[in-house]
Amino acid sequence: MRIIALVLEAGLRDLSRNRWIAAYTAAFLVIAEGLFWFGGTGPQVVLSLLNVVLIVVPLVALIFGTIHVYSSREFVELLLAQPVPRGQLFVGLYLGLAIPLAGAFAVGAGIPFVLHLHAGAGLGALVALFAAGAGLSLIFAGVATWIALSTDDRLKGVGIALSVWLLTVVVYDGLVLALAATFGDYPLEKPLLGLMLANPVDLARVLVLTQLDVSALMGYTGALFERTFGSLAGTTVATTVLGVWCAVPFALAARHFRRRDF
Amino acid sequence: MISLTGIAKRFGPLDVLREVSLEVRPGAVTALVGPNASGKTTLIKIVLGLTRPDRGSVRVNGADADADGQYRKALGYMPQAAHFPENLRVRDVLALVSALRPGEARDEELMASFGLAAEMDKKVGTLSGGTRQKLNAAIAFLFRPSLLILDEPTAGLDPVASGVLKDKIRRAREEGRTILITSHVMSELEELADDVAFLCDGTLRFSGAVAALLERTKQPKLEGAIGALMRSVRATPPAVPSGSVDGASWLAPEAEGA
Repeated sequence: MRIIALVLEAGLRDLSRNRWIAAYTAAFLVIAEGLFWFGGTGPQVVLSLLNVVLIVVPLVALIFGTIHVYSSREFVELLLAQPVPRGQLFVGLYLGLAIPLAGAFAVGAGIPFVLHLHAGAGLGALVALFAAGAGLSLIFAGVATWIALSTDDRLKGVGIALSVWLLTVVVYDGLVLALAATFGDYPLEKPLLGLMLANPVDLARVLVLTQLDVSALMGYTGALFERTFGSLAGTTVATTVLGVWCAVPFALAARHFRRRDF
Repeated sequence: MISLTGIAKRFGPLDVLREVSLEVRPGAVTALVGPNASGKTTLIKIVLGLTRPDRGSVRVNGADADADGQYRKALGYMPQAAHFPENLRVRDVLALVSALRPGEARDEELMASFGLAAEMDKKVGTLSGGTRQKLNAAIAFLFRPSLLILDEPTAGLDPVASGVLKDKIRRAREEGRTILITSHVMSELEELADDVAFLCDGTLRFSGAVAALLERTKQPKLEGAIGALMRSVRATPPAVPSGSVDGASWLAPEAEGA
């Protein structure tokens, strides 16, 4: 634990002074404050901000994360040459990337909500929004770490990271819709629910929307999800699976880190 | 002491190291030399546990180089290029490395000689390449390791700093510490090294005293001796085992008939 804390502290110190992280924080601050400025009520701001979160958080976590892991490689080698176990070093390095990313989102998007407490965003929706943003940061920081550890070619790594973003954020919903349209005559509820759980971006969307009572905006899988599980059970299932999603890329990247040659 | 036995490593189709066995003599400076892509850095990384061999074993001070890395308490490593997180201050980097090795005696002589005290509050990203390399060297010597692995240590250093570092290496040898060093500057190795290990195409072609190599190649300087070895290896690959004289061993090309 001591080594994890030391490496994490160094990561936090480094990225808290990073200009891209500062710009990321400022961007969320400006967007959320702008939404309030243009007369949005609390729930409207949550809803609008959700759309930004679902696109921007995975993109930044993937691209910034991949580049950061590549640029840290020589320093990681220096740390690995010290008498420290690889597993603990990895946890410190991962958290040193994921926590600043999640923190930048939370601080940037959080300050306007604190300033506009009277707007009545609703505690459930706010917690869901920030859990979704933080969860997506952890998940895609893990994916980025895994990509950068699996591929030595930096250009290829960034290309894979972009492809993952395109697939999960842009293409996935279109594929699900095409599937539903093509096989509309068959009972597709369960496969489509499975597909929704298989994409953390979809899951994050549903997690927040179930708190806002706007099932019309959930899309096909979201509406189906709420109908199947109901609001409370839906939130529990979405949160649990999002937690599993945080663990999977982390575990894959950790396994790779322990075994790979530097 | 570092003892490597039958180390083999393959990256994809490339045989990077082929059955390399090497004993690094305790208390001596051993120069690991060879052309580019001969496997020097991979061999160093295997000793450090950064890269795992496909076959063979590594023993450091009599203990197996194991996964938990405790054997690295005896090691100081200076990588070829110094890269630290750009937004950390020099003080932060030193604090992190020191905290990772608690309770170890410190040797801050190089930090003082390089004038790093004045750089403590600067972000690493604002330092020149030479200053980063000084920090790199200071970290390698910081914990008084009994084994030092220095990968092209003077690359990027100005002549004064290079002289300071070479003096430090000499003193470390006088104190009985074991040093494995790589460099492409043969005059520098000639000044520092007692022994030489010559790698070419992943095969250890010679290991032994510098004097034995000079005698064998009938060259007055290390640079000429290494050049002669490289020419003979490249003229007639592949190699076959040949033997040893005066504690030195080598693999010679077939055509030499050594």
